[in-house]
Formats: sequence, structure tokens, C-alpha cells
Amino acid sequence: MRTLTYRDALREAIREEMQRDERVFILGEDIAGYGGTYAVSKGLFEEFGEKRVRDTPLAEEVITGAAIGAALGGLRPIIELMTINFSLLASDQIVNQAAKFRYMFGGQPEMPLVIRMPGGGGAQRGAQHSQSLESWYAHIPGLKVVMPATPYDAKGMLKAAVRDPDPVLFIEHELLYNIKGEVPDEDVEYTVPLNRGEVKRQGQHVTIVTYSRMLHVTLQAAEDLAKEGIEAEVIDLRSIRPIDIDLLIDSVKKTNRVIIAQEGWKYYGTGQGLAALIYEYAFDYMDAPIQHVTSADVPMPYSKVLERAALPNKNDIVNAAKAIVPAALVRA
Amino acid sequence: MAISNVTLAGLTRTQLLETHYKMALLRRFEEKAAEEYTRGKIAGFMHLYIGQEAVGVGCITAMRPDDKVLSSYREHGQAILKGMDPGVVMAELFGKITGCSKGKGGSMHMWSNELGLLGGNAIVAAQLPIAAGIALAMQYQGLDTIVVCFFGDGAVDEGAFHEALNLASIWKLPVIFICENNQYSMGMAVEKAWAVDSLLPRAAAYNMPYEQVDGMDVIQVYEAAKRAVEHTRSGQGPLLLEIKTYRFRGHSMTDPAYYRTREEEQQWRTTRDPIGIFEKKLLDLDLATQAEFDENDARAIQAAEDAAEYADNSPDPTLDELYTDVMVDNSTALSFRYERN
Repeated sequence: MRTLTYRDALREAIREEMQRDERVFILGEDIAGYGGTYAVSKGLFEEFGEKRVRDTPLAEEVITGAAIGAALGGLRPIIELMTINFSLLASDQIVNQAAKFRYMFGGQPEMPLVIRMPGGGGAQRGAQHSQSLESWYAHIPGLKVVMPATPYDAKGMLKAAVRDPDPVLFIEHELLYNIKGEVPDEDVEYTVPLNRGEVKRQGQHVTIVTYSRMLHVTLQAAEDLAKEGIEAEVIDLRSIRPIDIDLLIDSVKKTNRVIIAQEGWKYYGTGQGLAALIYEYAFDYMDAPIQHVTSADVPMPYSKVLERAALPNKNDIVNAAKAIVPAALVRA
Repeated sequence: MAISNVTLAGLTRTQLLETHYKMALLRRFEEKAAEEYTRGKIAGFMHLYIGQEAVGVGCITAMRPDDKVLSSYREHGQAILKGMDPGVVMAELFGKITGCSKGKGGSMHMWSNELGLLGGNAIVAAQLPIAAGIALAMQYQGLDTIVVCFFGDGAVDEGAFHEALNLASIWKLPVIFICENNQYSMGMAVEKAWAVDSLLPRAAAYNMPYEQVDGMDVIQVYEAAKRAVEHTRSGQGPLLLEIKTYRFRGHSMTDPAYYRTREEEQQWRTTRDPIGIFEKKLLDLDLATQAEFDENDARAIQAAEDAAEYADNSPDPTLDELYTDVMVDNSTALSFRYERN
């Protein structure tokens, strides 16, 4: 094992897949000469050349549409959209085209397409650059939506996404690129499935289900809770469409209490969708109402103090746990 | 009497008669589809190609069978011209399992990998970026296959038009963009929607060759398309054709066409019918006889009847089709786990 940043893990995944399969290529804004807005593709242009590392004009709709066409034409494109906020300019191609073709054309087209893009807030980038829009896309049948939180999962899931025959939205987080984590040595080939969550911490008092950057906040909260005797089980969903509901339900049956921690807004999103599934499949096991830790229901403010107040934090999770885990249970 | 070794636009007499048959087939097929729509056998939106037949016939005759076609929601004609059995097209209109998209697509969503017919798109201009991408795949793999992308004058008003033409030009992609300018985007007259009166300045903005063609003359369309195909297949990049035509029916089956006069429609139908114009040309040149046209027409009527009969006799999709084809590995679809019995 080595220690790599999330950014370097992504780049390794892309490089290895490009070396393995001539059909794999990347396209996006400023990914070649500039090296990628978040430096994920740095060096790939020098290694693979302009045929396979393609700078595009600032035109999200045609970047996405062209990648859809390239995938239909037998290639395996990886798009980098500069941020998920800009994906709205490509939303017709993602929602009306990529998600629909397989079904609408009776199972004939195959579209092995990966759309990489970072989302999330926390860097004072303001209302138009800080959104968590994964729930919009996770609503759509025909798409896969994955959000790995660690360098290990980022590399393994990106490799799996490139090999997957369906369109995959691979959503990163602007504040994850510099985090470090263990990744197998370069000669160790591995992938991480796109439909499995993972228990990142075992516990018996409460299940905290989360994904992406909030995993790290949740793990810190779990440490704090442990000091007070509350053992939280932390589930990293990794993929939100499809969703590993069995893993979640098994945990709920053990802990009987659930906190959902996500960076996106509360209403009509992934968290509320999860809550509905938990009530549907594990209502009889629930001993307390589901707690939901999210961003404030406002456009993201720029001000440092306001942004910090808008984002969910460690204390929000700790307080949510204390609200539903009785002291008597902890002492027992 | 016709002389068999005379040609027109390099087409033999047999090919010219086949061209006539194709136009008749599209016309009769769609008349039949309209009839079945009125009878309630076909539902949803249906957009007829009647009046525009010379565009599809002229262009697709100039292509190679392995070239790819993308189109809008007015694509029954292109599907048949790419070689799809009219019965399979009609079955899709009827929503039957024997339709090209298993009855899951309908009038606006025809597809065949084998024939290179890649949709049928019901979002205006969405097929343009995708066509550029398929052309990229052809170029990337070193193939000399080209992509032909049909769209209406309304698609020119969408942002996707601009993005796709620009990308195709800077990457010299092997794609021909064909605007079927039928003068109305639904009810909006093209002269009200466009700041310019042709696509010439648009093509210039993308540094792309351009030609305007009379879309009611199948020979002119064929010759222009042939030039375009040669240009693009030889690696010289994309090209924009503006083919001026007119749809004789409403935008869709439910359009009473209040936005134009009956006199205008009548004028086009009586003086500019592409089938009539082609017949006159062949007769004037002694290349065919009225009897041959009548025979083609009878054959087309029969093909349309057969298509409708095939569609009518085909079974509906079984209910388990509801949950198939969402994903390639359908066990990764949420519905597979939670909804399917």
C-alpha cells in the first residue's frame, strides 16, 4: 500500500485505463495544456497526445453530446465537466439523451460513458459554484451516480466506471482532491463495484449513512461520539444510484436508529429518498425518528461565517446522535 | 418510349425509377400512418414527412449503406430509406413488440444498429452534438464512414446547433449537417425566427462549406448530397446543407395550421410537389412512362397496406418488457431490485 491523494488516485485510474484500452479517451475544458482545473489530468496530454486528451471549447452541451456519440460509435469517453454546476448546461444531453437511449430504443444502443465532475461547497465559491446536485441526477432511471469519498474508492470506482457499459456520473468534491489515503501499489490491479456501499466504521448504537466529503466529517463525529460512549456505525454509500439498500437495512436492524448526513439540501433529495426506503423496508426495526443532517435550505452564501453556518458539520451529527440515542442505552 | 441507357445525374433508368418508388413509398406509407392515427391505432405525437420526401430520398441515395443517419422526430422516411422494413416502422408506430424499438420508442424514436439509423430524437437539435460525437468515433478509429445529421429550421435556433457545428469544424469531423428548412418551426415562420435569410452566414461563422438546395427537386438534392458526401468522406471536414422544402401537412397530427393560409398550402401542393416535379422531369426526358409511375405507386400502396397489416397483427409487448432495457446489466437498475416482481 501507498499513500496517495484523491487527485493522484483519479489520475492513475485514468492513465491505467487509457493504457489498457485504446478506445478510452478524455475530453473537457482545459484538461490538456492547462492540466485540468483541479489538476487531475496533469501530464496525461504529454503522455497520450491530442487525439486522446482533447481540450474542448467552453460548450458543455456539445462536450457531453459528443461523448455520448463517441460512446455510441464504439469508444469509451471520459468527460471532465469543470463543475457539476456547469452540468446544467448539458442537462438535456444527460437526462433526455444519455439516460434514455438504452430503453427508448428497445435495448439496442450501448453507451459506455463516464462524466466526471466535482460538486459541493466549502471553498467560498458562492452560490453558483457550490451546489450538490447529485440528487437531481440520481432521480433519473438510466443513469448511474457514484460519489466515492476516499482515494482507494476513487481509483477503483473510476476504473469500474470506465469499464461499465452504461452512462456513469462520477461526482467528485472540490475539497476531496487533496485528501490522502491508502491505495494499493501500482502493479496491483483492482476495481471497486459501482453498486456496493461499505461499512467504514462498526458500531451498535446508531447508523450514520453518508457519502462523499461528508464521510470524513461523519468519521470525525463518530470519534467524538465514541468518547461519550456512543458507538456509531458509519456507512459510506459510495453509489447513490444504484443504492446498496441491503447494507443499510442490515445495519438499521442492528442499531435501530439512523442519521443521514449529506451535504446537499434537505428537501426532496437523496437523504429524504433514503429515509423513505428505510421506513419502507425497516419500519418495524426503528426505535427513533430518522435524523437528517444537511446544508441550510438557502443558496450558498459567499461570506466565510455564513458559508460555515450553511454547511453541515461534525457537531450537527454529534447532536443528532445524542438526540436519538438514550443515555440508558449507552450505559448498558 | 424510354431509352434504357440514358442517365440523369449519373443515375441509370432503373435507379431513377427506384428513386421514384422510394418517394412514392414514403408518401403512401405516411398517408396510411395518418389513416391509422385517425383510427386510433397510433397515438402520441406523429409528425409526417409528406412534401419533404425528396430531401430524404436524395440525400440517403447519395450515401453509402454503412454511413450513419441521425434525425429529428420527423424520421419515418429516413428509417425506411436506411433500409428498415416499413412493417417494422409501422409496428413501432403501433407500439408493438415487433417495432424497431420494441414499441418503447414510438414515432419519434426509431433505431437500428445494423442499418446505421441512430435515432429519432424528440428534443430539437439534441441530435447535432451526438452526430458530431459519432463522427468523432469514426475519425478516431480511422474509418471512412461518415455521419449525416438531419434537422429542421427550428433546430438552428437552439444553442446545440452552434456548439455542434463549431466543434465539428475545429475537429474536422466527418459529419454533414442537413437543415430541412420546411419554413416553419411548428408555427413560427422561419423569416420571423432567423436574423438572417439563409444559413450561409452561419456556415461562414463556422468556416464550413455551405450549399442551399431546392428540396422539391430530388435530383438537385441528390447531386448536392453527393458533392457533400465526397467532400466529407475525403477528410475535408463537416459541411452544412440547407435544403428548402415544405411540409404539406401540419407540424404534427394535431396541428390545424392556423399560422399559414390554405392558399399557401395549395400553391405548394399543386406546383411544387416533389413527386410531381420528378415525374414531369422523367417524362420530359423520356426516361419513364406514366404506366411505370402508376406501377410504382400501386406497389407503394400495397407496401403501406402490408406494413399496417403486419403492425396490426403483431403482439403488444408483454408486461415484463416494462422493466427490461433500463441498463445493459439490468440488475443494476433500481427498479430491478425494488419494483419488478
